[in-house]
Amino acid sequence: MAVAVQDLTPEKSALRRLWERVQGPFLHVPMLSWLVGALVAVLIELSVGNNLARLIGLPKAPVLFGVSLILKEPVLVPAAIVYIVLVYLAPVALVARGTAGWANRTVAKLLDTIPAWVVILIHLLLLYAVLHFWAEVNTYRLLVLRLTMIAIVLTVSLNVVNGYMGEFSCSHPGFMALGAYGASVFSLLFFVDDRIFGAPILPPALGPFLFPLGLIAGGLLASVGALFVAIPSFRTRGDYLAIISLAFTFIIKSVIENLEVVGGPRGLGGQPDWATLPVVFAWTVLAVWIINNFVRSTLGRALNAVRDDETAASAMTVNTRRTKMTAFLFAAFWAGIGGGLLAHVLKYVNPGSFGLQALAEVLAMVYFGGLNSVVGSMVGAVGFNLLSEALRPLEIFKWIIIPVLLILVMIFRPTGLIAFREFDVLKIIRPKHTAEGDTDHALTGS
Amino acid sequence: MPLLEVKNVTHYFGGLRAVHNYNLTLEPGQIRGLIGPNGAGKTTIFNLITGIYRPSEGEILFNGQNIVGLQPYQIAAMGLGRTFQNLQLWRHVNVLDHVKMARYSKITYGLVGAFFGTRKRYREEAEIEELAYHLLELVGIRRYADQLVTNLPYGILRRVEMARALATEPKVLFLDEPTAGMNPEELVQMMEIIRQVHQEFNLAIFLIEHRMKFVMELCETIQTLVFGEVIAEGTPEQIQNDPRVIEAYLGKELVE
Repeated sequence: MAVAVQDLTPEKSALRRLWERVQGPFLHVPMLSWLVGALVAVLIELSVGNNLARLIGLPKAPVLFGVSLILKEPVLVPAAIVYIVLVYLAPVALVARGTAGWANRTVAKLLDTIPAWVVILIHLLLLYAVLHFWAEVNTYRLLVLRLTMIAIVLTVSLNVVNGYMGEFSCSHPGFMALGAYGASVFSLLFFVDDRIFGAPILPPALGPFLFPLGLIAGGLLASVGALFVAIPSFRTRGDYLAIISLAFTFIIKSVIENLEVVGGPRGLGGQPDWATLPVVFAWTVLAVWIINNFVRSTLGRALNAVRDDETAASAMTVNTRRTKMTAFLFAAFWAGIGGGLLAHVLKYVNPGSFGLQALAEVLAMVYFGGLNSVVGSMVGAVGFNLLSEALRPLEIFKWIIIPVLLILVMIFRPTGLIAFREFDVLKIIRPKHTAEGDTDHALTGS
Repeated sequence: MPLLEVKNVTHYFGGLRAVHNYNLTLEPGQIRGLIGPNGAGKTTIFNLITGIYRPSEGEILFNGQNIVGLQPYQIAAMGLGRTFQNLQLWRHVNVLDHVKMARYSKITYGLVGAFFGTRKRYREEAEIEELAYHLLELVGIRRYADQLVTNLPYGILRRVEMARALATEPKVLFLDEPTAGMNPEELVQMMEIIRQVHQEFNLAIFLIEHRMKFVMELCETIQTLVFGEVIAEGTPEQIQNDPRVIEAYLGKELVE
């Protein structure tokens, strides 16, 4: 026993030492520098990516960091690694480190002179630029990116119920379906000359501007649906919510299948292309911002109190029933928004896409990323989606690898990768200083 | 008119009569105690008054208003604060947020403030935080403010419960065995804290306690509960010498 422990300890510390050595030069790099570095990298890829790829023997610029490519043709592994290093790692590392001193000073000065939300907005615009140019390379990336951002909305909102509130809800696909169909009917009825709903009622040019209203209508429809789940299941504690919400998902699915007016099982198509990258990005930011605001307020933290000890919560003046209802309806609203966006990204919905498969995916993202954590859910959604796309060439084996990964996460981190962590944007973007406290010194001293 | 008046309350759990014809009056600023052997129904009485159980018979008047049938959170918001015998704290919530949470019913920024982070919300949260720090200071655990309760020792957790109950702005404070599991030193500190909050907020306090020294020193009058019925009521001296009380605790043979 003692021998085993002795063998294990140095290995672990060696790994940690390696990590610290890699991390060391970048400890003082603020978020602004990383974003600038990423922007440079994506611009390099956009301008010379394809030529460079052909030069080193790749057919074209790898779509998702070369993972799908090397899974299809393992001989290309060295070339793919060279490409990743030349296009992504080297520029990001160089630029991030090179601009760190300047960025630290700039962010510090900006935070002193202008309101914090403007500084955050600047970072978000930079982030958008990075995503925009990255997606410019091909349309597949554009699709994956938008689906991933929608997954973030769905995951963060489900975490409010399954993580923060500690109940087990299975009704997210049902809410997504309500939102998707609600927003689709809104678009098709008012702005599109459509087979089912006939000529548009309003001038189609107004459509993109009124699209948020359609999404919100879909979200509200989902909230109304949530009321039917919440009223019976929050009377008592226990597993009722899991059962009732699962039933709800199936009911919604079969109701839509039997509603000829929205296309029945054939689905509903022809939604206009209004869910563009900036639109989806804006909605994602809005969702994360509002949900994060909520869970960090005392009203939102009451969810944790209700979860950990409901009797104590009510003895401390917390209206437990109202708290649970509010959170559930709120989560359903965002699931509806996500569904509406999804319908307009795919430009087609059918009831089949809101069944058990969708439920399993969104639950997996929540538990993979981490309970009770907005940042965990974002990591879960992005990680799960990119992984799922990148492993696509493995076909059936993908559904062996992903569950195995999930099981490993459950064994080693039972509450998920980044659970019970606060998401504080100001902390992420603030200037970083090294242990010496002097950024310029650290920059030149290496 | 007394602050709190419990009249002829009886409570059944199925066929079991847990509390029988229980009466209590509390004036503002009074400290009264409730003692009795295990299983006598002491905590049940607390749960009846604070709305966790609804009494089978009888009425409970707070400031002259009948509070039977109100939800626990409504009763708590009216000014009946409590602590729990077996520490009912929230595992994943830090000490400061425990105290802030007890201000829930006083929050006015509403959902709009919670969703959009309005100025009003941040102002109000800052006020709550200041009050919470003040209460933590009062019970002497300010330096644990950002700790999770799972990491803290028992004596500290009792004080967290105390600070949390005080944050609800109680007029009557119900303390369910506030010194259970404490060592003699912590016990003296807890007694000090109770005296201090009693003075500072002019609270009426009703407490369940097993340690006679503690009860005798703090309480003006004491009720002894046995099998759901009050068998003796009086000053600490009277209770200490009452043969019925001694019998209930030690058994009949020993008394003879």
